[in-house]
Amino acid sequence: MNRFARLLDRLSYEPGRNNKLRLITGYFRETPDPDRGYALAALTGALSFRNAKAGLIRELIASRTDPELFALSYDYVGDLSETVALLWPADKRATNSPPPPTLTEVVATLNTLGKSELPAQLARWLDELDETGRWALLKLVTGGLRIGVSARLAKTAAAALGDKDAHDTELVWPGLAPPYLDLFAWLEGRADKPVNRDPAPFNPVMLAHAIEDSDFASLDPAAFAAEWKWDGIRIQAVSGRDENGDLVTRFYSRTGEDITGAFPDLVTAFREPAAIDGELLVLREGRVQTFNVLQQRLNRKSVTPKLIRDYPAHLRAYDLLSEGGKDLRELPLIERRKRLESFVAKLDDPRIDLSPQIAFKSWDGLAAARTDPSSAGAGDDTEAVEGVMLKRRDAPYVPGRPKGQWWKWKRDPHIIDAVLMYAQRGHGKRSSYYSDYTFGVWTKGDDGDMLVPVGKAYFGFTDEELIEIDRFVRRHTIERFGPVREVTHEPDQGLVLEVAFEGLARSTRHKSGVAMRFPRISRLRWDKPPRDADRLETLERMLKAEGEAVS
Amino acid sequence: MRAHDILMPGPGGLYCKPGDFYIDPVRPVARALITHGHSDHARAGHGHVLATQETLDMMRLRYGETFAGSTQAIGYGESVTIGKVTASFHPAGHVLGSAQIAVTCGKTRIVASGDYKDARDPTCMPFEIVPCDIFITEATFGLPVFRHGDAAGEIDKLLRSVALFPERAHIVGAYSLGKAQRVIALLREARHDAPIYLHGAMEKITRYYESRGIDLGDLRLAKGVAKADLAGTITLAPPSSLNEVWSRRFPDPVAAFASGWMRVRARARQRGVELPLVISDHADWDGLCATIAATGAGEIWVTHGQEDALVHWCKTKGLAARPLALVGYGDEDEENALPTTDTSSA
Repeated sequence: MNRFARLLDRLSYEPGRNNKLRLITGYFRETPDPDRGYALAALTGALSFRNAKAGLIRELIASRTDPELFALSYDYVGDLSETVALLWPADKRATNSPPPPTLTEVVATLNTLGKSELPAQLARWLDELDETGRWALLKLVTGGLRIGVSARLAKTAAAALGDKDAHDTELVWPGLAPPYLDLFAWLEGRADKPVNRDPAPFNPVMLAHAIEDSDFASLDPAAFAAEWKWDGIRIQAVSGRDENGDLVTRFYSRTGEDITGAFPDLVTAFREPAAIDGELLVLREGRVQTFNVLQQRLNRKSVTPKLIRDYPAHLRAYDLLSEGGKDLRELPLIERRKRLESFVAKLDDPRIDLSPQIAFKSWDGLAAARTDPSSAGAGDDTEAVEGVMLKRRDAPYVPGRPKGQWWKWKRDPHIIDAVLMYAQRGHGKRSSYYSDYTFGVWTKGDDGDMLVPVGKAYFGFTDEELIEIDRFVRRHTIERFGPVREVTHEPDQGLVLEVAFEGLARSTRHKSGVAMRFPRISRLRWDKPPRDADRLETLERMLKAEGEAVS
Repeated sequence: MRAHDILMPGPGGLYCKPGDFYIDPVRPVARALITHGHSDHARAGHGHVLATQETLDMMRLRYGETFAGSTQAIGYGESVTIGKVTASFHPAGHVLGSAQIAVTCGKTRIVASGDYKDARDPTCMPFEIVPCDIFITEATFGLPVFRHGDAAGEIDKLLRSVALFPERAHIVGAYSLGKAQRVIALLREARHDAPIYLHGAMEKITRYYESRGIDLGDLRLAKGVAKADLAGTITLAPPSSLNEVWSRRFPDPVAAFASGWMRVRARARQRGVELPLVISDHADWDGLCATIAATGAGEIWVTHGQEDALVHWCKTKGLAARPLALVGYGDEDEENALPTTDTSSA
């Protein structure tokens, strides 16, 4: 555990990707099986412990410290594991006490231990470990290491052990399980390449870069195909035959999470082995519904017949990664597209259709289509278009975010000026800064105009802007409610935030009656007095315009 | 006389009505008593300034000869009568020349401690407990997650890193007044006798420390030294310069930062610090609690920092406590940990 804790500690301070890789590869080289395998599992997010919840850790620390002091500390530090690691009273241990646990011991114990025995075991470990060890243990058991290492980076570091690249490990990855003895044996040249036995494995997805105005000059329009960027959820639908010859179909999120259970109504649409990359949407009478509607289908514990009836799931396909067990990812996009078109035609199912391509000759032409999708073929589905995707016609399907292959070009977001009303301290990287902002717009109150909160945003600003806002919050606090500060918001005094957002919906949870989708701070308007900020009527108008477009 | 009639917080700082003076005023006043030389406490433009000789010298270094209408130096343990009160100065252990100011009026004594620490510091007089009725304490690190440990251990960590990466330069971000000189003195105590390099912004104040009899060994300016010659060396620099173009003159520099804030990971990460060194010139949580208890004060006023937790703790110990809403202090400490320009002086 100590070696793993030291690795996490070093990684958490190391900004450089190459140095991170070196640290992880070095750890894999020096650490024996099965500890290193569990470390790889932890870094790739493959470990989860059912019974270890944040609440349990709160109870543990509450039994050892003043709850008020804990609450204030947590509010400041912003990370539960770190707060507890720092606050845990140091154990004055006898020199003959047992050594701290190994990573394998921790993982094995957590997997077998009953819920009732867990608190005492955790407390024992916390007593045995030093501060860094406590921090690493708590990070591990609560999941989510958040040390700036992606699963991809960890796999790349493992691959480097055998002079392989990340792509090689990604391809065998779906069939592997912790502690990855077969993977390490292969990487160290002691065994053959592991075989992926999953009949419907996830294929790591290919991602796009956001395009900037300056990028277009170097790009040739003829080399690219364009599609609509749909405001849904990207999924991968994979079908394959198991050893009995039965078809297995699974849906994966873009991160590889199996989400098949949420969409039983869509599973039956697949009848042939294939892997489709596409957008999950809700369609009613052939028309794509907004993300707000789709959201009703998501994160539900149980999928009821009523839910399926009211929010029918649909797949809009844009890529074909394999067909009949044959990997197509090395083929250029135009080839894959042709096969996708005939595959979708063959399926001939109303629940699956093709994402159309947009005809364009110049970037200006595409810009026009992006601004007005309905005139460029999006028709009734215009409101569900988030922008356009550009894909190189000759590009193979490469996992990750390869340079220059795929680009996303979003439509301009909605923008309003709002007034900062409340601020709360952030978590993680932003801890101890006031970085969560509630903002409001003007509306008519009983005695004159008043501000009514319309949303909350916690990103979009630069680090410099964060510091400016933080300083503003500290200097203009008029009231404190626990971790929340209310700041001055008068017509002549206060801070105006330019807020960008993707859409609006009616909301009964907000006093203002509207809820923003994906709001973020786009600019600080120090130059603007709060009285000149937008009014609720402006939002009402936007809402009406949106409503008319969808209904 | 009630305590509040002796000292009261106002927009200009702590005001003593029966003596008609301010302690560490944040705007120009006729008569100011200054605890120490950091720029948020020692500002220019007052009519008359009473402070230790070192604090007056530091103000002169920063603001020039005309920083105040007139000045009066006072030694530790000395007292002066101002109007109806007596004021005395006592070591605060924060930086060279830093003082707590005890204000006595009739039978009531209030101690305004400014910034202080009870940890050892070879560059200044150790903190002294001044028994009092009301103790005014800072709360920069007023949370129980702040336990600073032994500074020598952190220096050891730095020296081990230097040994591990002999081909790289180590740049230690440290506050220009106090922290930098303390780190250098601690390095010397740890038998690091090699030349230590300075960022130009630190030279004047560091040379001043030397002029007050503090031996800091072989110090050189980093400016003009060939890149290759800086491999394996330690340079002290204002925290902001870690991420500036300035640091490119060093071979593959390791960014270290000496600050109590380094106890919290996110704080180190926000600045891109690779080697956090938990070395603080403020009392940590245990230091604050121990000091409050030792003064014997029955009432505690808590100023700049994390007031809430300390006020809560005082109340659990049966002490009357309240936060003083003073503005304008601790900005430098905040900025110490923020990725902005170091506003430090000298």
